[in-house]
Amino acid sequence: MTTMIDPTDGVAPETGATPPPRSGRLSMWRLLLRDRMATVALVVLVLIVLSTVGGSLILGDKSNDQDLARGAIAPFSLDHGWLYVLGSDKLGRSMIARMVVGGRTTLAVAVPAVLISLVIGSLIGMWAGYHRGWRETVAMRVADVIMSFPSLLMAVVVLYVFSPSASMIVVVLAITRIPIYLRTARAESAELQSRTFVDAARTFGTRPTAIIRRHVFPIVLPTLLTVATLDFCYVMLAESSLSFLGIGIQPPGVSWGLMVSQGRQYLQTAWWLSFFPGLAIVVTAVCSTLLASWVRIATDPSQRWRLTVPRKAAARRRRQAPIVEGEVS
Amino acid sequence: MLYFLRRRSLTSLLPLLFVLVGVFVLARLTGDPTSLYLPESATAEQRRAFAASHGFDDPVWKQLLHYLQGIPHLDFGTSLRTGQTAASMALRAFPNTLQLAFATMLISVVVAVVLGSWAAYRPNSLADRISSLLSMTAGSVPDFWFAIMGVWIFAVILGVLPTSGTDNGLLSWVLPVVTLCVRPIGVLTQVVRGAMVSALSAPYVRLARSKGATDVRLVTHHALRNAAAPALTVAGDLAVGLINGAVVVETIFGWPGIGKLMIDSILQRDFAVLQACVLLTALSIFVLNILIDLGYALLDARVRETVKA
Repeated sequence: MTTMIDPTDGVAPETGATPPPRSGRLSMWRLLLRDRMATVALVVLVLIVLSTVGGSLILGDKSNDQDLARGAIAPFSLDHGWLYVLGSDKLGRSMIARMVVGGRTTLAVAVPAVLISLVIGSLIGMWAGYHRGWRETVAMRVADVIMSFPSLLMAVVVLYVFSPSASMIVVVLAITRIPIYLRTARAESAELQSRTFVDAARTFGTRPTAIIRRHVFPIVLPTLLTVATLDFCYVMLAESSLSFLGIGIQPPGVSWGLMVSQGRQYLQTAWWLSFFPGLAIVVTAVCSTLLASWVRIATDPSQRWRLTVPRKAAARRRRQAPIVEGEVS
Repeated sequence: MLYFLRRRSLTSLLPLLFVLVGVFVLARLTGDPTSLYLPESATAEQRRAFAASHGFDDPVWKQLLHYLQGIPHLDFGTSLRTGQTAASMALRAFPNTLQLAFATMLISVVVAVVLGSWAAYRPNSLADRISSLLSMTAGSVPDFWFAIMGVWIFAVILGVLPTSGTDNGLLSWVLPVVTLCVRPIGVLTQVVRGAMVSALSAPYVRLARSKGATDVRLVTHHALRNAAAPALTVAGDLAVGLINGAVVVETIFGWPGIGKLMIDSILQRDFAVLQACVLLTALSIFVLNILIDLGYALLDARVRETVKA
């Protein structure tokens, strides 16, 4: 099936060494490898996850080890051992160790928040879109209320009420992001529920929950996954902003946003304290945006051909195609 | 027209009320400000008197009722911190944020329209590359980091711009406005570009071209008019989102605006001021949404008819 769409296989039939892909998953991997940017983005993301999760097991204790004799070491020098390659802060804590632990905190907040809002938002959205009527109205009104107020402010107020802890931040961020998935899932499922195959299923007496699970969900899923990948960036930036404002992760905890904030007062003497954590946020966000735009194309059967044509033509075509950023407010 | 406005106001007032009540109740849950404002040595008697004089000893619903009753009389309570009325404090800070937001939106819209149209007109050109880069930056660079790096490069290393405050005239505007602009420009350019790509390939543009319209006229008179509607909607969302940015930017640059006032009031448990700020923000978002709906109706002939009806 996939060989049929893949024109490059037709161009070079003599390369019989590469067996035709047998499963959809395999062809997805090949599609990914064709897109150099997406591959690099994925590799970098995997490296970040591995180094933060694995690294914090090894360096976890080091992140709060103070050593005043080694305070404010400038980065890019191996004089004090590899732990101080990225320098150290005023208290002599290794930047590398803190970056690794901070990254784990940031991921540990962002990933669950995205997953929770994805699951809750899409379940309610599909349910509301399938049933229409008052259920739809109520769900959309609630989403409007959440959306009508700047999310950061809402988080600020809520986090001040309940003492800021990692789990509380996850809950707050998840709630503010639910409307995004709710709206997407509702719109798609409202459109799907009038299609013939859903009508057919209904005629055979299939229960609504089963229809949603078997007929609506598989079609909505790719869109939702794309939104989730993009939203990961947003949630990560939101966590960093909260930590930066002093109502997110609290010291002695470490997160990238908090590190930027702590380094701010040493800007004149130790620029690296703010620079590196911010750079880490940017790199992670850029990679997930790149990956999201790849997922968006790869999971859309009507767009997938863009990835199968030779690279230069693909790049040209993709640039011509209008890409509209997902609305995030 | 009036019917349209009335219906729109009613549907938007509900969220407004919800937000107001929500913030009121949530703020009360943050704890009694008595212990924060009285010295440690204050007697239980003094504490009770303080709470009673500000109404903190009443149940929350009674306080809420009292607060809502005051609103029609423009009574928003007094600040615990300064003793001034909350309304006057919020209104004094508000213009500062409004100026910042206005400058940001003006610059963003102009840059986005020019860059977006150019990028759509010449795919793969320099403008097209810049617009993709900008949209990537908009979604990936944390604004607080951008601001701090700006301070580091331009204030600490080069020494050409002030680090914070508003007393340096136009120079003190540069960093806050540029920081706030990053996101709107990136997102808006991409929207304008997308809308322009489809508008430029529409039949009416081909017709205009065949009638001998110049390229510039083609873009400004024919395509841009039709591309304006989606851009307007997104610009509205971005303007609401500016409040998020304003909190961060005002905190970093010591800008005496409503975002900074809100953060300070939360940290100081100055409920009345917080509520006045929230009310003012929600109200301006509400007005903004109505203005955008009206603008949308004026731009789109199809909607215009239904509004008139």
